[in-house]
Amino acid sequence: MLRLPPFEYLAPKNLADAAQLLAQYGDDAMLVAGGTDLFPNMKRRQMTPKFVIGLNALRELRGIKNENGNVVIGAGTTLTQISQSLNLSALATAAGLVSSPQLRNAGTIGGNLCLDTRCNYYDQTFFWRKAIGFCMKKDGDICLVAPGGNRCWAISSTDCAPVAVALDASVRLVGPKGERVIAAAELYRDDGMDYLTKARDEILTEIILPPADGLRSTYLKLRRRNSIDFPILGVAAAVRVAPNGIVEHARIILGAIASHPVQAIDAEKILIGQRLSDDVIAAAADAAFKPAKPMDNADAAYAWRKKMVRVYVRRALTELKEQN
Amino acid sequence: MPNNHNLSVIGHAQIKIDAMGKVTGETKYADDLVLPRMVYGKLLRSVYPHARIIGIDASRARALPGVFAVITGKDLPIKYGIMPSTQDEEALCVDRVRFVGDPVAAVAAIDEETAERALELIEVEYEPLAPVMNIRDALDEKFPQIHAYADHHNIHKFVALEFGDLDAGFRAAEYVREDVFFYEGDTHLAMEEHACIGHFSADGKLTLYSSTQTPHYVHRALEKALQFPRGHIRVIAAPVGGGFGGKTDPFSHEVVACKLSMLTGRPVKITLTREEVFYTHRGRHPVLMWIKSGVKRDGQITALHFKTILDGGAYGSYGIASTYYTGALQTVTYKIPTYKFEGVRVFTNKPPCGPKRGHGTPQPRFGLEVHLDKIARELNLDPAEMRRKYVVDDGTQTVNHLTITSCGLRECIDEVVKASDWKNRKSQIPNSKSQIKRGLGIACSSYLSGAGLPIYWNDLPHSGVIVKVDRGGGVAVFCGSTDIGQGSDSLLAYIAAEEFGLKPQDIKVFSADTDLTPVDLGSYSSRVTVMTGNACIQAARIVKEKILQASAEKLLVPPASLAMRDGVVICEDDENRKLSFVQAINLAEAKFGTLTGTGSYKPPKRAGPFKGSGVGPSPSYSYSACVAAVAVDTETGEVKVEKLFLAHDGGRAINPLSVIGQTEGSAYMGFGEALMEESAFRKNMHKIPSLLDYKSPTTLDTPELHAILVETIDPEGPYGAKEAGQGPLLPVPPAIANAIFDAVGVRIDEVPITPDKVLRALEEKSKGNAPRFGPKDFPVIKMPEAIKVEPPDAKHAPRLVQ
Ligand SMILES: Cc1cc2nc3c(=O)[nH]c(=O)nc-3n(C[C@H](O)[C@H](O)[C@H](O)COP(=O)(O)OP(=O)(O)OC[C@H]3O[C@@H](n4cnc5c(N)ncnc54)[C@H](O)[C@@H]3O)c2cc1C
Ligand code: SF4
Repeated sequence: MLRLPPFEYLAPKNLADAAQLLAQYGDDAMLVAGGTDLFPNMKRRQMTPKFVIGLNALRELRGIKNENGNVVIGAGTTLTQISQSLNLSALATAAGLVSSPQLRNAGTIGGNLCLDTRCNYYDQTFFWRKAIGFCMKKDGDICLVAPGGNRCWAISSTDCAPVAVALDASVRLVGPKGERVIAAAELYRDDGMDYLTKARDEILTEIILPPADGLRSTYLKLRRRNSIDFPILGVAAAVRVAPNGIVEHARIILGAIASHPVQAIDAEKILIGQRLSDDVIAAAADAAFKPAKPMDNADAAYAWRKKMVRVYVRRALTELKEQN
Repeated sequence: MPNNHNLSVIGHAQIKIDAMGKVTGETKYADDLVLPRMVYGKLLRSVYPHARIIGIDASRARALPGVFAVITGKDLPIKYGIMPSTQDEEALCVDRVRFVGDPVAAVAAIDEETAERALELIEVEYEPLAPVMNIRDALDEKFPQIHAYADHHNIHKFVALEFGDLDAGFRAAEYVREDVFFYEGDTHLAMEEHACIGHFSADGKLTLYSSTQTPHYVHRALEKALQFPRGHIRVIAAPVGGGFGGKTDPFSHEVVACKLSMLTGRPVKITLTREEVFYTHRGRHPVLMWIKSGVKRDGQITALHFKTILDGGAYGSYGIASTYYTGALQTVTYKIPTYKFEGVRVFTNKPPCGPKRGHGTPQPRFGLEVHLDKIARELNLDPAEMRRKYVVDDGTQTVNHLTITSCGLRECIDEVVKASDWKNRKSQIPNSKSQIKRGLGIACSSYLSGAGLPIYWNDLPHSGVIVKVDRGGGVAVFCGSTDIGQGSDSLLAYIAAEEFGLKPQDIKVFSADTDLTPVDLGSYSSRVTVMTGNACIQAARIVKEKILQASAEKLLVPPASLAMRDGVVICEDDENRKLSFVQAINLAEAKFGTLTGTGSYKPPKRAGPFKGSGVGPSPSYSYSACVAAVAVDTETGEVKVEKLFLAHDGGRAINPLSVIGQTEGSAYMGFGEALMEESAFRKNMHKIPSLLDYKSPTTLDTPELHAILVETIDPEGPYGAKEAGQGPLLPVPPAIANAIFDAVGVRIDEVPITPDKVLRALEEKSKGNAPRFGPKDFPVIKMPEAIKVEPPDAKHAPRLVQ
C-alpha cells in the first residue's frame, strides 16, 4: 500500500477558525473536505502539505437551501446528496456520474470544483514520476506532453464545474480579507498548474445557482467505464427556448478537454435566434468540435476524444430539443 | 445432464467450505499475518529500463535509525527462474537492470515508512543502455542484447515444428487465405497484491508464508537462491486473493524476505503496492500472429500454417512454455491434417510476461477463430455450421500427437446456437437505420485439464493426498494444492465427503504447506481438479476399504454389500445392519491401526516422439463455444456487448455452482481483454500501472452472461471431470470481434478492440478502403528449419482428403 507522507491534521470547528488556520499556516497548509482527491495525491507525493485542515466539522458548509429564489449549496455537501436532489437538474446528473458510490458519499461539491487538474504523466507515484523524469507541475521543469512549450496542459477533470458554469452559477469565497462572490466561470484559469483564481487562503463556502426559470440543461459524460472513471469529455449544455421555439439563451461548456472548462462560444452563437433543428444542432456541434484540442495525457486516443466532441455536443443539444 | 443419482455430493450445488470465512473477513491472507518482532521489507527498484549498475552505496541507508538490514544483488548472486532452461532472474539485480521496476536493493526496517526513507538514501549509479521496447526493436540487431543467453541476439527462443505434409495440404485446398493479427498484452489484476513473510526462526529453520499459487516451485527456488537445504525450508501458501497465473513464479520479494530474515533473525514482511504488482507482472504476452490456411469449399481444413512472435519482456519466466502454447492447442478443436507452427519469443525491456489465465492460448485462438470467420464469409458458409462439421472426435489423436479423450464441442455449439437464436441473426435480417447496429459472432476453443508434464523433469507424482481419520470422527485431507479462490480446498472436501458418505462441512482440509502436505505442483494449467481429485479418491478409498472391512466383520455381512452414506455404514441388503461413522472408524482403527490413506496422481504418458512435445499433452481437454451479441455505435465506435452465451464442456461438474462461477469469471476476463485491458507502454515506461488507469470492466460494464454446462463424462477425470478455470475465457474475444463484423462489416484484427479502432475502420470503410484495423504485416525472420514430425497412426488422426 502507498503510505501517506507525515502531516499534522487540524480540525477547526467553524469557518472562522478554518480561515484563521489557513491564513496562519499559509503555503504549508491545505484544506481537505472528503479527501478523495487530496489523499490519493498526497500518497503519490503530488502534494505534501505539513498541515491539513479538515472542513468536515464545519456545519455552515453543509446542505442545500433556497435563498431569494436561488439554490445555495454548501461546499461541504456530498455528491450523493446533490445527485439525489432532483431539482438541481444537470448538476444532479453530473454529481451522480462522478466516480463510484463510495467516493460520492465522501466527496464534496467544493472539493469537486477545486479538484486538482489531471494528467497521466502527473497522477503517478513519486517513483514513476522520477523514472520518467519529473514535469513542471511537480518537482520538474518541462512538460512531458508538449515538451516544446512552457506551460502545463493538465486537464480540468471535474464533472460538476462545466455544469456550474453552464448554469451561470457563482461561488462564494471567504478569505482573510473578507468574502467575495464570483461567477463559477471566473473561478478557473487556463493553466494546468495554477488552475484556480481562488487565492490559497480562500475557502469556497457556497455554490449559488440562479433560478432555473425554464432553463433546459443536461450533462453528458464520456469515459471508458460506467463507474469510477474521470471524464475524458464532459458536455454541459443549457438553453432557454422562447414559446415560439427560438433559442434565447445558450451555454455549451466542455469539460476535460483543456485545463479549464471551455465555453464553446461559436457554437452558442449559432444557436441563438434559431430553432433547435437538426441542421442548427449539427452546425453548433461542428463549431464546438473545431477548436477543441485535447492532448495525449488522458485515457483513450486524443484524436478520438476530439471526434467525440462533435458527437456529444450534438447528442446533448438533441436531448435539450426533446426536453420539454 | 448426466445422472447424479448415486452421488450425494458430487454433481450437486455446494457452497465452498471457505466461503463463510471469506465473506465475514475471517480469512487471513498473507498481508493479514502478523508475527511477534516482525519488521518490514521494501524493494528499491530501477528507474531505468535498461542500464548497467556501476555501483551502489547503501551506507546512509544502513545508518538510518530503525533500519535492520540493507542488501543488494551481491548478497543474493545466484540466479533462479521457474523453467530449468531459463534460470535468468536475480532476486536483486547484480550488474544490470532490464526494466523500470527491476529490483536492485532491499531494506528491512521497523516499519514501512522507515523502510521507504531508507530506500531514498540508497545511491545507485547506472550507465544507461538503449532500451528495447517492442517486437520490431527486439528483432533489430542494432539494439543491445538484453541477456547473454538467447537463441539469437534478443530472440529468446525459436520453435519450428511441422506435422504432416503441409505442402500437400495446401495443394489439396480449394481456398487459401492469409491474415495477420495482434493481441496486446494485459495483466492478471488479482485483487490481492502479493505479500509474504520470511521467518528464519531460532531453531535455524526457515518458513515463508506467501500468496503463491505454486508453493512447491517456490520451495525449490528458495533452496537454490538462498543456498539453504530444502529440508529446512517450509513454504506455506496463505489463502490467495486471486492468482490467474500472476502468482506462479518464484518472486524476488519472496527470496528477499527470507534473506532479510536470515540476516536479522526477525520475521520480515513484504507487501507489494499495486504499482509493484504491475512490474512483477508475468501477464499475458503481446503476440503478433500470421496465419495461412487452406480449406475445401465446405470449410474443411487441409493445411494450417501459424506463426507467432511473443513480446516476452525482460526475463524468461514461463516464456518457453508460453511460446509452445501459442502453437500447441490450435489442433484440438477441428480436424487438421497438416500443421506447421513457427514461434518466436523476444526479450524486451518491459516487465516479464508469463502465464495468465489461458496461458499462451487466447492470442492464437483469437487469430484462428477470426480467420475462420473470414473464411466462412468468403465461402458463404454458416460460421457455426462450418465449425461444427469438422469438430474432432472422441478417442482420436491430433496431427501433433495430442489425445482427445472426450469432446463436447459439437453440443456446446448447438447450445449457444439455440440460446442466441443464431439462425435469425442480422446477416439474415437487415439492420435498422439507427446509428446502433447489432450483430452476433461465434467462436470456439479448447483448453487443457492440466499440463501432462511438470515444469522440471522428474518421474514423481504431480499430486499427492493424505487422508487421515480421527477416532472422534474428524476427517482431515492433506494436499499441497493451493486454493486461489477457484475452490480447490472445497473440491477435496467434496470428494472425501462423497467417498465417506459425509457432508463437505464435515471434512477439514489442510493444503499448500510443504511440511504438512504432500507435494502438489500448484494451481496452474487447470490441473488441480483432475490431478488432486484423482489422488484424493485414491487416498479416501484406501481408508474406506479398511472401514468397510472392519464393519463387515462386525455386521457379519460381506464388505461388498456395505455402503457409506448419510453418516452411516449400512448394508444395502439389510438396512437394519448399520454402524455410525464413528463406530465404524473405531472398529477400523482397532483392526488396522492409525487410519490414513495416501493417493498420488501422475498423468498418462502421452508426449509425442519429438523435441518440444512436452507442451500440449494433457489428461483431457475442455471445450467451449461462445456467441456474443453486440451493439456497435457507428458514431462513436463504442461496442456494447449485450449478451454472451457461453457453453462449456468441463466434463462432470463436481460442483455445478463453482463451474458456472469459473465459466463466468473466465468469460468476463475475456470480455475485458477483448475491449479494454492493455499493458500500455510510453516513453519506456508502463503507462498506466494503477487500478484507475488500467481499464478493467466494472460490474456496470460486464454483459449479461448465459453460462451453459455441457457435461461429458471424461474417462480420465475424477467422476469424469475436466477443467473450467481457464478455457471459457478463450472464445470470448474472437466471438466479440466476429460479432462486430456481423454488425457493421469491419474487421478489428487487434485486441483490445477500442472505440477508436472501430471508428477508424468504419471511416476506412466509408472511404471505400479496406474495412479493417489491425497490423499491416508480419516481420521476416530467419527461422531454423522446422522439425518434421510424422503424424500419429492414420487410424486415430485426421486424414488429408485429396
Ligand atoms: C478513483 C477516483 C475516481 C474519481 N472520479 C471522478 C470523476 O469521475 N469525476 C470527478 O469530477 N471527480 C472524480 N474523482 C475526484 C473526487 O473524488 C471528486 O472530485 C470529489 O468531489 C472531490 O471532493 P472531496 O471533497 O473529496 O475533495 P478533497 O480531496 O477533500 O479536496 C480536493 C481539493 O479541493 C480543495 N478543497 C476542498 N474543499 C474546499 C473548499 N471548501 N474550499 C477550498 N478548497 C477546497 C482541497 O484543498 C483539495 O485541493 C475521483 C477520485 C478518485 C480517487
Ligand atoms: S501537462 Fe505537462 S506539465 Fe502538466 S502535468 Fe502533464 S506533463 Fe506535467
